[in-house]
Amino acid sequence: MEIIKPIIEFNDVSVSYTRTTMAVKNVSATVEPNSITAIMGPSGCGKSTLLRAVNLMHELYPNIRVQGEILLNGENILSMEPIDVRRKVGMVFQRPTPFPTMSIYDNVLAGFTLNGIHLAKSKKDEVVERCLRSVSLWDEVKDVLNKKGTFLSGGQQQRLCIARALALKPDVLLMDEPTSALDPIATKHIEELLVQLKDEVTILIVTHNMGQAKRISSRSMFMYLGELIEYDDTERMFTNPKDERTKAYLTGKMG
Amino acid sequence: MKKIVKKRRLYVNRILFLSVCFFALLTAVPLIAILGEVLVRGWEQLNWSFFTEPTPTAFKAMKAIRAGEAIPGGIANGIIGTLLMLGMATLFAVPIGIMCGIFLAENSKSRFSMFVSYLTDLLQGTPSVIIGIITYIWVVVPMKGYSGIAGSVALFIMMLPLIIRSTEETMKILPVSLKEAGLALGGSYARVVMKVQLPAAFGGIFTGVLLAVSRVIGETAPLMFTALGCSMIRWEVDKPIAAVPLLIWEFFNDPNLQELIWGASLFLLLFVLFLNITAKVLAKKWA
Repeated sequence: MEIIKPIIEFNDVSVSYTRTTMAVKNVSATVEPNSITAIMGPSGCGKSTLLRAVNLMHELYPNIRVQGEILLNGENILSMEPIDVRRKVGMVFQRPTPFPTMSIYDNVLAGFTLNGIHLAKSKKDEVVERCLRSVSLWDEVKDVLNKKGTFLSGGQQQRLCIARALALKPDVLLMDEPTSALDPIATKHIEELLVQLKDEVTILIVTHNMGQAKRISSRSMFMYLGELIEYDDTERMFTNPKDERTKAYLTGKMG
Repeated sequence: MKKIVKKRRLYVNRILFLSVCFFALLTAVPLIAILGEVLVRGWEQLNWSFFTEPTPTAFKAMKAIRAGEAIPGGIANGIIGTLLMLGMATLFAVPIGIMCGIFLAENSKSRFSMFVSYLTDLLQGTPSVIIGIITYIWVVVPMKGYSGIAGSVALFIMMLPLIIRSTEETMKILPVSLKEAGLALGGSYARVVMKVQLPAAFGGIFTGVLLAVSRVIGETAPLMFTALGCSMIRWEVDKPIAAVPLLIWEFFNDPNLQELIWGASLFLLLFVLFLNITAKVLAKKWA
């Protein structure tokens, strides 16, 4: 069997908000490229905290400490410049965050603007069309590209944010409960989209929704009180969880 | 028994409501009275030449009064001086104030920013006459003369805390997710501030600047120590220069020119009113 080189490796990763409380405790795991990996667990289990460690979001808050190693293609993220990491690791947040002063067009290109990369007009048009097509938003917005991003519906805004993250061609896309603020139809759209996108990018998705993890992910992590309890193929975890806590969570007895 | 208690409660409620209305009306009375007084007395003086001609000499004014004519001339020197000094003060106060406001909003917990924040409050509460005398020592004395520059320095110091505060408040109410989303795209901190946060806060900051301008436009005391005043239309900012509030004070002190007080006051009042209303409208539109 061919051994696939992992794209992300967590080696004994711990995150603490204060000296005494650990939000994430000694997590070790590897993520395969071009896969969707779900991180599940009850509120406050540290799943978002773990996710946000991957693009060094914690560096914004000086009291948060991240220990251990997170390797991206073999290189330790924690010793890299945040700017370089974040270009390779995109992120989509819980609530859609289109930049309110920018048009739909400019929102897609925001990654370039914020990195000081200047593109020719033709190249810009190409990037905007490619990214909006890849999130199946192009047909809906191609005539209103100059309207503000906030003019779109919630689901469209979230797809715009995904397009914006994809524009920089990241290796990894982090998603922090991207559908929790959306209605079921918009959620379905996004889920279908993620499955398509897996060929382009490795997706790490935090979700509250067990059904969602089951529908889209190939591997799942179950976290509880900061610990990674179980990490397995999604199908195996849902049919035959090894740990009692995973079982309790998946059957709705805990959470 | 129950019925009486209920009636009493309704009665008390009614009285309280009426008294609140009454006092609200009472506070509006002086405001309306001031506006009315200035409007009635100043209205007649507002004509084209009032805005295009400089202050008349006391002699010319006296002759006109003797002949039973309207006083010639206007307050063009004051309007130009005021606009020049305000313009220069705004030019410096806006970027510096915005940068300081961003710093305070971003680092609200550090000791240094608490110190700066406290100083800002203190500066905002400093009597304007003290700012005038300090500017006199700092600018007028070394420059060996009163000047428009000195006047604008005084106005600059007065505007600074107002702009800092409004920037800080506006930046603080922006959602954190906006900043995080910008940084998550690999943007440097400076670019995220410039391209994402500042544009999003533009409405609030602009409103704050307008209110700051309207607050200092009527300042008289600091200009007495710095700009001094001038009866000619003058564009050179390194010389003593006129300002509308200074003119009002001068008119008051010259029996022949007293009639002009009202026109100048009305102009100032309308200008402030205009700035305030614009700020309110924009704030609503951009909210």
